[in-house]
Amino acid sequence: MKPVSAEEAIAMIPNGATIMVGGFMGVGTPERLLDELVRQKKCELTLICNDAAVPGRGVGKLFDAALVSTLTASHIGLNPKAQEQMMAKRIAVDLVPQGTLVERIRAGGCGLGGVLTPTGTGTIVEEGKQQIRVDGKTFLLETALRSDFALIHAFLADYLGNLSYALTARNFNPVMAMAADTVIVTAEHIVPVGVIAPDHVVTPAPLVDHIVANR
Amino acid sequence: MDAQTLIARRVALELRSGDLVNLGIGIPTLVANYVPPELKVFFQSENGLIGTGPIPEQGMAHPLLTDAGGRPISALPGACTFDSAMSFGLIRGGHVNVTVLGGLQVDAEGHLANWMIPGKMVPGMGGAMDLVTGAKRVIVAMQHAAKGKSKIVQKCALPLTSSRPVDLVVTDLAVIGFPGGEITLLETAPGVSVAEVMAVTEADLSIPDKVPEMQI
Repeated sequence: MKPVSAEEAIAMIPNGATIMVGGFMGVGTPERLLDELVRQKKCELTLICNDAAVPGRGVGKLFDAALVSTLTASHIGLNPKAQEQMMAKRIAVDLVPQGTLVERIRAGGCGLGGVLTPTGTGTIVEEGKQQIRVDGKTFLLETALRSDFALIHAFLADYLGNLSYALTARNFNPVMAMAADTVIVTAEHIVPVGVIAPDHVVTPAPLVDHIVANR
Repeated sequence: MDAQTLIARRVALELRSGDLVNLGIGIPTLVANYVPPELKVFFQSENGLIGTGPIPEQGMAHPLLTDAGGRPISALPGACTFDSAMSFGLIRGGHVNVTVLGGLQVDAEGHLANWMIPGKMVPGMGGAMDLVTGAKRVIVAMQHAAKGKSKIVQKCALPLTSSRPVDLVVTDLAVIGFPGGEITLLETAPGVSVAEVMAVTEADLSIPDKVPEMQI
């Protein structure tokens, strides 16, 4: 796979697209792709990610530039700008328990219609959702999530697109890499094919559509 | 001893060797400081780590090794990392022995509210709902009252975190449990009388004949 530039990669994303962005409080986030989304002013985005990070970091940059119209996340409390935009109803926010969020994305990537989880039963999270009883226990039906694009950050990528991750920068990345029509990856290091041992590949190459060249 | 230290030290006594433990933000984070080194407890950070160690010394932080708040953390020898699906599989799947969380309110039925104040503070629940729903044991570590108002209430006015009741509440004034489903004063803080606890508790506490003082 021939690496593309960040400019070329982000140019593929239309305004109004649904994007998943890996990362947890900005750790394991493809910062260069977010910078480029801002530079190309891609707007009206539907964003699916764990959290809103903080201003100036990770997906926080998208709120700084007011490019998000809809957000699905588990936590936005450390980004006052995202909070402000939610309170002013400039963005629609769907807050989802973190374990439910990652399972919905996993379901989307694994061909499942959704998952049954006990999380959220008896709370406001259950509103409008189907409840299903299995073996005497109540579960919520949480539907699958998919996106047009997933923006992923790996530690190592080889030129086929095999990926491995580092420490807590893994988080949502491998799960999201399964759940999008087009997967765009930045990596700390792009290495020759074979450098990542088969046992250490976390995201298999066929899932990856574009690797962004390191400068 | 300040209130936070007292709470953290008392909660630390609840942990056992071999436990997988998840600590929330705030007072719960302090609990790790009071676990004796001979007690081999595994601490999980829900962003994908088992084996979290102390905050790294200056210059030793790694940008890709962080806690759930995005702050630098260390990993002990034997630590392991994983993705968020695994992390929450551990949490929801009952593999976490103990979670310690902060609280806004706990009520007489043991229900916890700790994730939003409608119209004021809507940060999102993060991992709290999964933790309370899935962990084997849920301990709430919080101040007994905020701005003079009891946080131990008869019925939570704030949105609940889970329909699953918590197991233990440790405050700066008391330890409260729910034996037989009844909210019960189990211990008082050093120098605090039963009457003093009752006076600042909104919920109708059940009071056993003997209420020991916290041993810390």
